[in-house]
Amino acid sequence: MSGTKGLNRQQMADLIARQFQDGWVVNLGVGIPTMCSNTDIGDTDIVYHSENGVIGYGAVAAEGMEDLNLVNAGGQNVTLKPGAAVVHHADSFAIIRGGHIDVTVMGAYQVSCAGDFANWKLKGQKGGGIGGAMDLAACAKRVFIILEHTTRDGSSRLVPECDLPVTARGVVKLVATNYGLFEPTGDGFRLREIAPGVTVEEIRAATGTKLTVADPLPVVRPAG
Amino acid sequence: MAPKSKVVGSFREAVADIPDGSTIAFGGFAMPGTPFNLIKALLEQGAKRLTLVGNTTGGAQQPRMPDMGMLVENGQVAKVICAFTAATRPTDTLPFTKYYESGECDAELVPQGTLAERMRAAGAGIPAFYTPTAVGTELAAGRETRVFDGREYLLEYALPLDYAFIRAVRADTFGNLQFHRAQRNFNPVMATAAKCTIVEVDEPIVPAGEIDADAVHCSGLFVHRLVRVPLPPEGLWPTKRQERRR
Repeated sequence: MSGTKGLNRQQMADLIARQFQDGWVVNLGVGIPTMCSNTDIGDTDIVYHSENGVIGYGAVAAEGMEDLNLVNAGGQNVTLKPGAAVVHHADSFAIIRGGHIDVTVMGAYQVSCAGDFANWKLKGQKGGGIGGAMDLAACAKRVFIILEHTTRDGSSRLVPECDLPVTARGVVKLVATNYGLFEPTGDGFRLREIAPGVTVEEIRAATGTKLTVADPLPVVRPAG
Repeated sequence: MAPKSKVVGSFREAVADIPDGSTIAFGGFAMPGTPFNLIKALLEQGAKRLTLVGNTTGGAQQPRMPDMGMLVENGQVAKVICAFTAATRPTDTLPFTKYYESGECDAELVPQGTLAERMRAAGAGIPAFYTPTAVGTELAAGRETRVFDGREYLLEYALPLDYAFIRAVRADTFGNLQFHRAQRNFNPVMATAAKCTIVEVDEPIVPAGEIDADAVHCSGLFVHRLVRVPLPPEGLWPTKRQERRR
C-alpha cells in the first residue's frame, strides 16, 4: 500500500517466498500471497496447488494465450507446468485435509500471539467470505500470513488476542508485514528479520503486544 | 443395443419440470464449469422458494454472467448454501450480500472443502463425517465435536441435492463426461449427490462408446439430461475477466 513505511507488497511476498523449500506443495491465497509466485527463488522446485483442483500451475497466461477454462483460486488465467494434473473439488480438499500441503500463504486482518488469525469476517458483518481458508488453515502443515503491520487508523494487526472472528487457532508459523518477518511466540511476537529503513523502536511502537528481537537481526534484502 | 440417449433439445425443456422448493446445486469455480445457460433458463422458468448450493453467489467479477445471485434478485430463492456470502476482499461487493443482511434470503455459510465433502458424502451413502475444519471458530459454536487421537473434529452432515446443474466439455449420449482443465471443480461431485443432474456441454454430443471408458471423468450413471451449448451469441460461454481497477 503506497505511503506505508518499509516493504512494499511484492517485497512482503518475496520475504515469504524465500522461506519455501525445495519440493514443497504450496497454496497461495488471493491478494498479496499470489505475488509469491513472482519471486525469483532460483532452482527451488515448488508445486502450486489451487482449491479448484489444479495441481502444478505456473505463471499467468500471456495476453491472447489464455485458456478461459484454466484458472487459479483467484480466478486468474494461469498456465500449467510440466507434471500438472487436475482433480475434482472433493479430492482437492482431501489433499488439503489430508495434510499434503506444505504451506498455505494467506492474507489476514489480524494475527495473535498464540498463532490465531482472522480473515473471513469483518466486525459487525453478517456472514462473510470463507472460501477454502478454514480448511487450509486447519490442515496445511504450515500457515504463513502476509499483512500490513497496522490498519489505516494505525492500530496494530499483530494483537494479543483476535477481536474479529477467527479462521483457525494456533496455526500461524510466520508473519510477513511491511516491517519485517515475525513469528508468534505464545506471549508475543519475535522479530526475525527487519525491513530496511525501519528501526526496532518504530516496530515496537506499532506493535500491540510483546516484541522480542532476534540477535543477530538480519535486514531484509529486497530482491533485484 | 445402445443405451437410451439423454440428450434434450433445449435448456428450457431441460429445466421445465423443476418444482418450487427444490434444492439445486450449481457447479463451477469462477468461470470454468459454470452452467450459465441452465441458470439463464431457470431464471426464465421461474421456480420459487429454491435452496441453492454453490461455491459463491457470484457477481463480484465483471462482466457479470448468470449466477446464483441473479436468481435471488429474481425472487426465486429461500436460502443459499455456499462458501461466500460476502466477497473475499472487503473492497468488493457481492450483489447477494444485501439480500442476506436484510433477511430477504437466508444463507448457510460453509467452508469450501466441507461443502464439497458434504456433497461427496451424500453421493457416497455417508450420512455425516468429522472434519478438523472450522474447529474453534464461530461456525462450530454449539455444535457436536469429538476428539480422535487428541485432536478435535466437527460433525458435518451430508448434503443431498434434488438437482445439479453442471458444465462439461464433452459428453456421450449415455452422459459419460469429460471436463477441460479447471472446468471439473465441484461438477462431478455434485453429480453424485443429485437425484437429477443436468449438464450443458461445450462440444457436439457423441454416440455412447466414443469416449474411451478409461478417459471418463464422470460416469453417465450420475447424469440424466444433456444439452449442447450453442455458439455465441445464442449460447453463453466463459469470457475473459476484466482486471480490477486499483
